[in-house]
Amino acid sequence: MCGIAGILHLKDNGIDKTSDILNKMLSVIKYRGPDGIGLYQKKRIGLGHLRLSIIDLTGGRQPMSNEDGSVWITFNGEIFNYLELRQDLIKKGHRFSNESDTEVIIHLYEDYGTECLKYLNGQFAFAIWDEKTQELFLARDRMGIIPLFYTKTLNNFYFASEIKAIFAAGEVPREIDPVALDQVFTIWCTVPPRTAFKDVYELPPGHYMRIRNGNIQIQQYWDIVFSGYLTEETFEDTIEGLKELLIDATRLRLRSDVPVGAYLSGGIDSSVITTLIRYLNNSSLHTFSVAFEDKDYDESIYQKEIVRVLGTEHHEVKCSYDDISRNFSKVIWHAEKPILRTAPTPLFLLSKLVRENNIKVVLTGEGADEILGGYDIFKETKIREFCARFPDSRYRPLLLKRLYPYLPAFQGQANVYREAFFNKGLSDISDILFSHRPRWATASKNKLFFSKELRERINGQTPEESLTMCLPKEFSTWPVLVRAQYIESRSLLPGYILSSQGDRVSMGNSIEGRYPFLDHRVVEFCARIPGHFKIKVLNEKYILKECMKSYLPQEIVKRHKQPYLAPDSKSFFHNGKADDYMEELMTEECIGEYGYFNPKPVSFLINKCKRGRVIGFKDNMALVGILSTQLLHRLFIENFAT
Amino acid sequence: MHEQIRQFIFENFLFEAENNALVNDDSFLDKGIIDSTGVLEVINWMEETFGFQVDDVELIPENLDSVNRLADFIIRKTG
Repeated sequence: MCGIAGILHLKDNGIDKTSDILNKMLSVIKYRGPDGIGLYQKKRIGLGHLRLSIIDLTGGRQPMSNEDGSVWITFNGEIFNYLELRQDLIKKGHRFSNESDTEVIIHLYEDYGTECLKYLNGQFAFAIWDEKTQELFLARDRMGIIPLFYTKTLNNFYFASEIKAIFAAGEVPREIDPVALDQVFTIWCTVPPRTAFKDVYELPPGHYMRIRNGNIQIQQYWDIVFSGYLTEETFEDTIEGLKELLIDATRLRLRSDVPVGAYLSGGIDSSVITTLIRYLNNSSLHTFSVAFEDKDYDESIYQKEIVRVLGTEHHEVKCSYDDISRNFSKVIWHAEKPILRTAPTPLFLLSKLVRENNIKVVLTGEGADEILGGYDIFKETKIREFCARFPDSRYRPLLLKRLYPYLPAFQGQANVYREAFFNKGLSDISDILFSHRPRWATASKNKLFFSKELRERINGQTPEESLTMCLPKEFSTWPVLVRAQYIESRSLLPGYILSSQGDRVSMGNSIEGRYPFLDHRVVEFCARIPGHFKIKVLNEKYILKECMKSYLPQEIVKRHKQPYLAPDSKSFFHNGKADDYMEELMTEECIGEYGYFNPKPVSFLINKCKRGRVIGFKDNMALVGILSTQLLHRLFIENFAT
Repeated sequence: MHEQIRQFIFENFLFEAENNALVNDDSFLDKGIIDSTGVLEVINWMEETFGFQVDDVELIPENLDSVNRLADFIIRKTG
């Protein structure tokens, strides 16, 4: 992966500072491509590129053009099927000047225009400047693995891999968007195209954009379509189909001119991917894991088991509370948005460990939970739907206790309290957001910390309405479980898992993540698998377990799913004292000065944290959400350093 | 007693200084004040502040779901 940036001058400004501005934009995201920098500049356009060399180490410099220099590209990502595409293009008469995947996109664009996207199997964000048509064409991969941000001012259009590069250009005012805060404090992320900053937007996953004569057109080119279930297929045939696709998706993602490693969480998904790597390639494999000093979060016993079976060269970063606290500010600098959990921080430390071992690329198991029904919210939805059909049943709600076995506080509750929580929205099963109402209701309670001024600046659609606007037309006709999967795959997956917890913390240490479960062929196949193959009664990812059970240790297949979490409030408070920067950012004075939150309630929350009384998700999310917002203001509004 | 409970609820769940937003008969569950883990915080607080143990069978709204009910419960347990 790499970093990209660009400017399109919408009007002739007469003064040519394009290369200076591009250099400023790229200098703040240098970590995305420490192996080289390239610029292309012509009258109206400037394209910049930072290179992380992975394929064609000697060629492949960017920006890159076609044979006659009429089409220029700056590209961040990987096209995994580039060898096959290249052969087809050569047969059609195209000449290639290097061995890179980038050149494939250029020639595909020459032949197919925007339709070129349907041929690409990969993770990408790119901009193509067509000198003949004077059109800028930007595109982002189907699932939102690679970021792409943009903004338009009176005279210029800017785009970049990260928002800070747009700010570094110096023309765009920096302001946190109150509506974005409302969204994060409800659905845990922003709804594209909105970002945490006013007037800076992200191109949504599966979309492209064309800019000609100052007019911007945005078009969706791909979506997950949950229809046409494989009802004719037997369970066994479906297993074979899934296995075949996963093997091929992993095979393509091993294409690299530098060594490839893998993350191992101790769960089934990363174990599957690492097993498939071993199946395809028996040479030495480096694997990497996060372990925690706090045993409540630690999964190293399972990580060691899979390492023992597969015989990898394993590396581990053992994360303390202090590690999380000390690195949290850096993570917010990379994430560029408020977050409600500290979980991205250990992954930032993990990518650092990968880099220290001279590995640039890691394969991971992200995406399996969304496409194969792994998360508890899917089981929760199934049980709530089951209860809703007979609301007076005394026995059906007892199933709720089967959820969240890894949460002692949840397991210790009396039934009446557990039922009260899950009963949110239970009466309206036709509500298209049925699955996510309890989660969002809990998160929304933390808006009680919002200041009066912030509340007054939140206007327009609610977060739920904004999200609903992005749903496909046929969404309401889908089964409840499928709807839940779609919401999770189109909101939290790109908005948090693949960004704050993915690209941003891996690229912060110049590491590229690759995700076989998010190969669009795998996603499309899984979208057609019937729900009961994915969750058998309450057994999550049943088909994946059956598919891989003969290859994996039974301890891994049979273990209770434990979502990846990290200590939140505990990381910032030691023996009743807050860490210094937390103490300073969360004072009533600083809270009041930045203006997003009410000082007094925040001080009550801090006191509760100091007494070690913050035990539930809600309070932990409040603390991390408020702290990350305060940090975002300090780093991007108050002290923005280019 | 009622004032002590109110202060605890305001500072730890409503995160506000005491005001008129909560009357002593209001249901914590209906008003969404005590969430899924909040009840455990209430129990911890009672056990530490008043020095008694709460049994599992006592974890019912009849004992815990308003300022008045909590006050009655604490008086019964400490009386």
